[in-house]
Amino acid sequence: MSEKKPALWLRMYAILAYAYIYLPILLLIIFSFNSQKINVRWEGFTFYWYGELLHDQEVLLATRNTLIIAFISTIVSTVIGTFAALALQRYRFPGYTLAESTLYIPVIIPEVVMGISLLVFFAQIGMRLGLATITLAHIAFNIPFVALVVRARLHGFDKAIEEASMDLGANEVQTFIRVTLPTIMPGVLAGAMLAFTLSLDDYVITYFTAGPGSTTLPLRVFSMVRFAVTPEVNALSALWILTVFIVLGMSQMIQQRQK
Amino acid sequence: MMEHISAERTSLKIRLIKRLREDPSAQGIALISPTMIYLGIFMLIPLLLVVVLSLMTRGPYGNVVYRLNLANYLRLVDMLYLRILGYSLRTAAITTVACIFIGYPLAYYIARIPAKQRSLLLFLILIPFWTNFIIRIYAWIMILRTEGILNGILLNLGVIKLPLDILYTPLAVQIGMIYEFLPFMVLPLYTSLEKIEMAQLEAAADLGAPPGRAFWRITLPLSVPGMVAGSILVFIPAMGMFVVPDLMGGAKTILVGNLIRNQFLTARDWPFGSAASMLLLILTLLVTLVYTRKAGFGEELLI
Amino acid sequence: MEIDLNYAIQLKDVVKKFPNPAGGEVTAVNHVTLDIHHGEFFSLLGPSGCGKTTTLRMIAGFEWPTSGEVYIKGQPMGRTPPYQRPVNTVFQNYALFQHMTVYQNVAFGLEMEHVPGEDIKRRVGEALEMVQLGAMGPRKPKQLSGGQQQRIALARALVKRPAVLLLDEPLGALDLKLRKEMQLELKALQMQVGITFIYVTHDQEEALTMSDRIAVINKGSALQIGTPVEIYERPNCRFVADFIGESNFLHGVVEDIEKENVIVHLTDVNEKIVGTTQEKLVIGKKVIVSIRPEKVRLANQPPLQQNCFECKVVNTAYIGSDTRVIVELGSGQRISVWEQNKISTLDPNAYYARGQSIWVVMFPENTLVLAEDE
Repeated sequence: MSEKKPALWLRMYAILAYAYIYLPILLLIIFSFNSQKINVRWEGFTFYWYGELLHDQEVLLATRNTLIIAFISTIVSTVIGTFAALALQRYRFPGYTLAESTLYIPVIIPEVVMGISLLVFFAQIGMRLGLATITLAHIAFNIPFVALVVRARLHGFDKAIEEASMDLGANEVQTFIRVTLPTIMPGVLAGAMLAFTLSLDDYVITYFTAGPGSTTLPLRVFSMVRFAVTPEVNALSALWILTVFIVLGMSQMIQQRQK
Repeated sequence: MMEHISAERTSLKIRLIKRLREDPSAQGIALISPTMIYLGIFMLIPLLLVVVLSLMTRGPYGNVVYRLNLANYLRLVDMLYLRILGYSLRTAAITTVACIFIGYPLAYYIARIPAKQRSLLLFLILIPFWTNFIIRIYAWIMILRTEGILNGILLNLGVIKLPLDILYTPLAVQIGMIYEFLPFMVLPLYTSLEKIEMAQLEAAADLGAPPGRAFWRITLPLSVPGMVAGSILVFIPAMGMFVVPDLMGGAKTILVGNLIRNQFLTARDWPFGSAASMLLLILTLLVTLVYTRKAGFGEELLI
Repeated sequence: MEIDLNYAIQLKDVVKKFPNPAGGEVTAVNHVTLDIHHGEFFSLLGPSGCGKTTTLRMIAGFEWPTSGEVYIKGQPMGRTPPYQRPVNTVFQNYALFQHMTVYQNVAFGLEMEHVPGEDIKRRVGEALEMVQLGAMGPRKPKQLSGGQQQRIALARALVKRPAVLLLDEPLGALDLKLRKEMQLELKALQMQVGITFIYVTHDQEEALTMSDRIAVINKGSALQIGTPVEIYERPNCRFVADFIGESNFLHGVVEDIEKENVIVHLTDVNEKIVGTTQEKLVIGKKVIVSIRPEKVRLANQPPLQQNCFECKVVNTAYIGSDTRVIVELGSGQRISVWEQNKISTLDPNAYYARGQSIWVVMFPENTLVLAEDE
């Protein structure tokens, strides 16, 4: 917006604001090294809880489930969502408004409502709650987000390159694969990343569609926070934050290099 | 006979491909149909089931009695439930307003610093944004509970004699929600502020406006789309939130989200829970409609 | 099915209608019939929105005629898609594939033809040499200037050796100097390669410079088709006379006809004038008399019996190579006159002065009589 340095009070405010945001997180990380089990006062420094974490079968299982669900739901929702974005951004057809509204319902609907509606649905068709139902639910709420992101990136798309491709001898499918797709790929990847993260992080909808054997990481974290509050939770949290940091950092660096 | 069938099938395929190639709207329909089918099955039908369910009643053993009636909705009009609803609205509203007040100066700062520092600061906002929110709430539980860090420090410093009872109160829920939703407000605000051209502010200065007036009359109005987008991103999820009250509010603090959850999982009164869900849904749609009528479904929502 | 191999492209009574967003239909191309010869540089010339680009797109295959037929090398195209037609297009904004290198862009069309690898390499190299960008192969399009991108677009199309090359206002995005250079280069290229070029432009000077023949198009109709000389010297209607170069127009009514000579009574001026015509006129018909400014003469004394009128100089502009004069007849009608400054002199009396009385002379062979459109 401007090149002038903003006022001093603004800078102070910003520092305070970031402190407010990060202090709890930092405390969380620090106390993951606390040797006291009930984690009330600082006793001593230890890596013990990280070790506990790596042997915690439930956590490992939850992590595995979460990743499987995230991968599958990302792939499916990215494909379907990209097609939807192409459809809405470049074509007019009967039922367009209905399609657009339907697509955006999961975005504005409260997660609770979507969660219980799926619970009711699966109960009605007699499907047992488990990894499959969670995945189906995740795909449902991911499709609109992918579509939104891809659609935003489709704005500047120049149709002439598709015509040029067909003019040079490529049919519709070849044109899509060799020209259209590579051109929209950054948007598609951004959508996929969003879908992956939303799936990874989801608690509410997963809560209602998960069965007894199928826990995910957010669900596990929740019950650890609720019931078994040892520094192991802190360790898990710290690792999670670290992962986010690394992944975000990498994607930032990739973006910078592209520029 | 077989040849006849396969010939027909091939010609059908050819005609289909021809139709797709020649008619653009057919292509559009083909592309949107996976979405429509999937969401039709896994979103529209479930919602429809909830609507139907909300008109049923709960049987004595927790099953559903298939008799159409409005009993559940009438039950909702009870003071008890209306109070819960009112409380949810109030909490969501306070959260939104607080996020605007806390987040605006921060977004403004980030928008005004040079580009190089900007990406670092944005990166620092994005980390908590992408971190699982349960973790972030747990951090506050650690701080706010009776044997928590806050009390520990205050007791040690002698500022208070007895530990403060913050956790498991409405105050804790509010603190948790503001902390949770702050990045959702800062990012759209930043996007909106960043788009304001310096030239407009220079023009204002040239015409005699001191910085305060320029902000009030130019920057602020131009940042309204960001505020609207941020408000949608905060208010609507906040209304349906049940995790924060669950973890930080204890038994005393119930929001609509908790109510619905309890009806489905604990009380096993699915019809009543469905009715409450419908109420929440209608409120959400109303709010969204009001907001989008004012400022459209802006791309500020996408970074 | 008729196959007429005499022509590279034929359009027979082609109509294209589009649905109007506000309701009803819009006719973009209105019964156009064209025959384009092999090896010809043929231009579609007209103002924005006249339907010339739509016509080109129907030849390329991006649109299908609502009625009528497009023939390429004698074959009716019907609803054949673009990738099955032996023509290639150079797009207005080049439409280069940004995610591919220059080499890959040019090679793309050959890959679609399943040309073997070494041949692709060789032909791409030749194509790039032909547009003088041989070293640019590994670069990405956005690293090139506008002019260079345009030439890559050209190379990409030409490398496939199409029977016909379609060019949609390819020079529109270039600055003036570059445009003029590219016009000459394109023309030279066309003559060297010998392919039929169909060129869409709104710039009449460009069309006149480069084309073997021009079709002047307005509101979806091809008003006149002919060589640059034919179009310029013998426009068949007011629009063509006006759109190409400049013309003076006078309104009148036919008084008498003698073979090609027509005597017209000019209504605004209330004088008689003799002109020539190529149309079938009848006495009493409303006509427009058109004469180009460079063909109007100024004299101190009338050299002829007819077609000379006394007038006053209202304005002069010295352009250097010519002088542009506006004269006003007694009736108030103004005529624009361009005279070449054939003698170099500083003597002010040699130049026209405002208010000066003079005679304007319009030789009958330069005075065209056109029927007035309803």
